[in-house]
Amino acid sequence: MSFELETAANRETLRRVAIDPVSRVEGHGKVTLLLDEAGHVKEARLHIVEFRGFEKFIQGRPYWEVPVMVQRLCGICPVSHHLAAAKALDPVVGALRITPTAEKIRRLMHYGQILQSHALHFFHLSSPDLLFGFESPVQQRNIVGVAATHPEVARQGVLLRKFGQEVIRITAGKRVHGTGAVPGGVNKSLTAAERDELLADADQMIAWSRNAVHLARRLHESERALYDEFGLFRSHLFSLVRADGAMDLYDGHLRLRDARGHIVRDAIPCADYEQHIVEEVKPWSYMKFPFMQDLGPEKGWYKVGPLARVQNCDFIPSPLAEIERQAFIAHGEGEPVHAPLAYHWARMIEMLHAAEVIRSLLDDPDLLSDQRMSEGTRGREGVGIIEAPRGTLIHHYRVGEDDLVSYCNLIVSTTHNNQAMNEAVRQVARRYLDGRQLTEGLLNHIEVAIRAFDPCLSCATHALGKMPLAVELLAADGSLADRAVTGS
Amino acid sequence: MTRQFLLDGQPVPFEDGQSILEAARQAGHYIPSLCWHKDFPAHGSCKLCIVKAAGRHVSACATPAREGWEVESNTPEMNGERRGLLQMLFVEGNHFCPSCEKSGNCELQALGYEYEMLSPRFRHFYPERPVDASHPDVLLDFNRCIFCELCVRASRDVDGKAVFALTGRGIDKHLVVNAESGRLADTDFSKDDLAAHICPVGVILHKGPGFAVPIGERDYDRESIRQKKLRDEEASS
Repeated sequence: MSFELETAANRETLRRVAIDPVSRVEGHGKVTLLLDEAGHVKEARLHIVEFRGFEKFIQGRPYWEVPVMVQRLCGICPVSHHLAAAKALDPVVGALRITPTAEKIRRLMHYGQILQSHALHFFHLSSPDLLFGFESPVQQRNIVGVAATHPEVARQGVLLRKFGQEVIRITAGKRVHGTGAVPGGVNKSLTAAERDELLADADQMIAWSRNAVHLARRLHESERALYDEFGLFRSHLFSLVRADGAMDLYDGHLRLRDARGHIVRDAIPCADYEQHIVEEVKPWSYMKFPFMQDLGPEKGWYKVGPLARVQNCDFIPSPLAEIERQAFIAHGEGEPVHAPLAYHWARMIEMLHAAEVIRSLLDDPDLLSDQRMSEGTRGREGVGIIEAPRGTLIHHYRVGEDDLVSYCNLIVSTTHNNQAMNEAVRQVARRYLDGRQLTEGLLNHIEVAIRAFDPCLSCATHALGKMPLAVELLAADGSLADRAVTGS
Repeated sequence: MTRQFLLDGQPVPFEDGQSILEAARQAGHYIPSLCWHKDFPAHGSCKLCIVKAAGRHVSACATPAREGWEVESNTPEMNGERRGLLQMLFVEGNHFCPSCEKSGNCELQALGYEYEMLSPRFRHFYPERPVDASHPDVLLDFNRCIFCELCVRASRDVDGKAVFALTGRGIDKHLVVNAESGRLADTDFSKDDLAAHICPVGVILHKGPGFAVPIGERDYDRESIRQKKLRDEEASS
């Protein structure tokens, strides 16, 4: 199916404007706009132009290699793939429950990841737009510009990210692409010295994260009309929540709220995701379009990530972040907040939560225990779902009798947000670009809308073997001589 | 009277029949190798032990030491030859260290670091080499084979089973399993065989351990291959 402004009629007669590449996002993507002679937007698309194929080449590899291999999907949030794969493969080694030590070390690793990724996104990638304005001089719109005019903000951002990276190093062995989680548990515990190293800075990180929440909130409230309306569209909200409805980014069950905030699907076990989510493939993007099967492609798409999670949970189980969540909910005046720019505020609330979780885990003596691994009757299949910084991340594997992976399905956070990001791009194109002379600053509005979702485009492109492909042979005069199409 | 030769200007004593490599290691001098093993005759296939003796390039493992020879080993010229050989080995197979469970325990990787191999230099072959996971205890990942034949020799000469062999010629040479089906499960191979413990790279892998030992705490994370091999030599003498 096709949405409004997704595909224009008479495409060949329209003027094409491309934002290529989209900057200050992870991975490679581009936006194309088709405009008529009067400058009216007739088509707007966010394309993912890179191509990966992990789902295919992981097949035939031994299952214990998977958590280490698949994290190479990403350099920003490898821990999410590492943990989702390890969780999916726990049942394959019979670890239906992992040890408390293993679970707490994995949680520590994951919340370290949330902290560093959220800090990176807010301070390095997005704060230049928010602090200087969307049409500020492009030379200033970067972290160096922030450091020059807001040195303390930049310093705290850099050090918050560094702390998150240190949590990852201590739990996974390396800051990027570690090996801490293995099917059945983890391969290293913390030493008392490592724990103390993190404890020394943990309270400071909570304080700085609170500052960041307040900065994001201030920005939002100071230009309420812009922040509440920019790129606005309404959709379902989707995430994991804990059994009691609390925010939980490591484990739980799946919940869907509708655009008005009513819970419409709840307590979906992770292993049942396939019965609910299907993915549509479109010929113009390497990124698939997931939706809830029973709601259909037109109505069943949804948002994931901080904006969904902060509103999908019933409460945040850490005191300071819960206070901030309540302020956020109050901002909606009884309705869910759907504004894309509210992602930033929600993201900072989650960063504060992550800092609080890290602080409380560091008091737990289980981190130092060597009870790291569990095993049991071998299984052949597993689903691991985790709330990655950018949203719900699904890993699903089947393993043959010979220990080799025979099936792999990954639905990556950014993929869930594909329709949502396209919708935001179209809203901004309609509202700000339609009929106007396009400038770099105006085009940056589109990128600001995409950036709000913190997309990781290199993670999200997995349509190997399912991509509809059209090859056209044109004669010398430009007429179509032949055409071949594969896929749907 | 003890006989000796000069290795990079240092006197190295030797006994009759000893190779340059054996005598050097015994005297505490490192000459690299991949296919050489103290319990097997010299093989001379990996060529990493290349030295210049009496003005000629020879394999130190297969060349008997001679009185009065001047041997060059740890020189820019010889180490450059070794780096070139390593670069050829890396492009010939599919060596993806970032996701290889042997990383940190792999002699090929350790030598890449030791000889400062910073690029593949040559075009990758990307050979098609499917893994053999048929055996319940051991996985064969042929992608990483360097044709040292240590498994071939160990299985044939010590285990008495001749499970492995090299077949094909020249560029088509590859390791095979000696069974009609070609599958390891259809041989009498056991995880306790010497051949199951002798691979210097990541071909013959015991199923299960995987990444149980964290990267950073493995053999060559702690010390260089030069240090480890000399320490092993000292411990065994």
